[in-house]
Amino acid sequence: MKKLQISDHIILLLGVFFMVTPVVLAFLTSTHDAITIYKEGIQFTPGGKFFENYETVLFEAGGFTKEVNGFVMLKNSMILGLGFAVGKIVISMLAAYAIVYFRFPMATLCFWVIFATLLLPLEVRILPSYEIVQSLGMVNTYSGLIVPLIASATGTFFFRQFFMSVPDELLEAARIDGAGPWKFFKDILVPLSQTMIAAIFIIMFVYGWNQYLWPTLITTDESLFTLVRGIKQILQVWVGAQIPDFNEAMALAILAIVPPVLIVVIFQSWFVKGLVESDK
Amino acid sequence: MVTSTDYGRVARFTAVFTFFVTLLSLGIALLLAVKADKVLRGASSYKTLLMWVYAVAPPVAGLIGVLLFDQHVGPIVELFALFGWKMQIGVSYFDTSFAMIVTAVWKQIPVNFIFFLSGLQGISKSVQEAASIDCRSGFRRFWTVTFPLLAPTGFFLLIINITYAFFDTFGIIDVIVKNEPGNNPVTLVYKVYLDGFRGNDLGGSSAQSVILMVMVFILTIVQFRLIERRVHYT
Repeated sequence: MKKLQISDHIILLLGVFFMVTPVVLAFLTSTHDAITIYKEGIQFTPGGKFFENYETVLFEAGGFTKEVNGFVMLKNSMILGLGFAVGKIVISMLAAYAIVYFRFPMATLCFWVIFATLLLPLEVRILPSYEIVQSLGMVNTYSGLIVPLIASATGTFFFRQFFMSVPDELLEAARIDGAGPWKFFKDILVPLSQTMIAAIFIIMFVYGWNQYLWPTLITTDESLFTLVRGIKQILQVWVGAQIPDFNEAMALAILAIVPPVLIVVIFQSWFVKGLVESDK
Repeated sequence: MVTSTDYGRVARFTAVFTFFVTLLSLGIALLLAVKADKVLRGASSYKTLLMWVYAVAPPVAGLIGVLLFDQHVGPIVELFALFGWKMQIGVSYFDTSFAMIVTAVWKQIPVNFIFFLSGLQGISKSVQEAASIDCRSGFRRFWTVTFPLLAPTGFFLLIINITYAFFDTFGIIDVIVKNEPGNNPVTLVYKVYLDGFRGNDLGGSSAQSVILMVMVFILTIVQFRLIERRVHYT
């Protein structure tokens, strides 16, 4: 038995090594200067350029038109992540509320239309989505960035399932006490779904933060770049240079990694709950 | 379009890519989840350390891949050079595919791990105890008792992983091929983007979108119908 445990630990440690090392190396790279890395390859010890590199990346303008810096991109990523998560929760809660509690004409049709959006991930409908956003003049705006991403049914199904598990007695009791639909939603359903909201929020924040294809298409104005969107510019400007500035590229990559990872690690139990239950 | 050699080549690569990414990430994640479910000490630290990569964006994973597979400074390239394999990412079709698959697997393991682990923890202790009384071999016990009980999770993850390899790997591929799709391996979704937004071939790009849509449609139907019927639930 003792022996078995040791082999288990070895396998797990190998797994952890495989998962953690790349990011650790990226971080170590971001603490050296470009010439050391170019000459001597990736360093396996921390270097002394941590503050210089991160300062350059955060506050010095880079890119093509020299008007965007890491700080602006960090802010844009935050706006996209938060805006997407909040928008998604509001829309999907309201939609699920309507589906579960109201009998309205063509309810089944509405349900299937919402369901059908599951068949259309953004990657499949990039062209038409782009056309629509462009004709509405929302290219290079935050709303053009966020709104089309919200249109998908994943959150709706999650809340639908949860609302269906709420006992009918609550609804009846609320009715007897004279609560209208809005009051019932606000004072009973929302407090009941707090944990669900937190779980979904974490998933959606990470999802929004990590969006790449859509921001690549919709933001050509550098002042709207998110960190993840900026990766492409990093590649062209820094890694493509004579002496590739891997240190600064990796510093930006680490900036893009840290906030979502922190959220996932800190709110781990909610995150796991949200992930396992929302995808079913 | 379907008959064009270029499309066939991309479709073949997508199939191979999807196969390896799904197989490897599911296999490794299952192994790790089984072990993490079993160990007594440090289980929660292992869990955290194995799953946080979930939050790394695909293009960022791709960028780290570019660094580690870099021809001049990349440690992985140096490692393989010891065995006589001179990797040339961006030049050799095979080497680039290899780098893409490794990166995509790395990014996908956490999701599979979380689902497998929660599936394993859902198996009741009494079933496991009964099994361990009836059968001493741990390996056989896994295959005949635990594995079938995990099947619903496994099938569900299979669909999730295929969808991931099709769509969500866009960022990884885009970063690794660095805007030079020339002879590099790309997937079908990448080709939709390439033809539509670079080549300005809106018709061809839309036609490819429709094909992809049909695939997603089939996958979703499979996910909702077939699995429910065929897989053995407790």
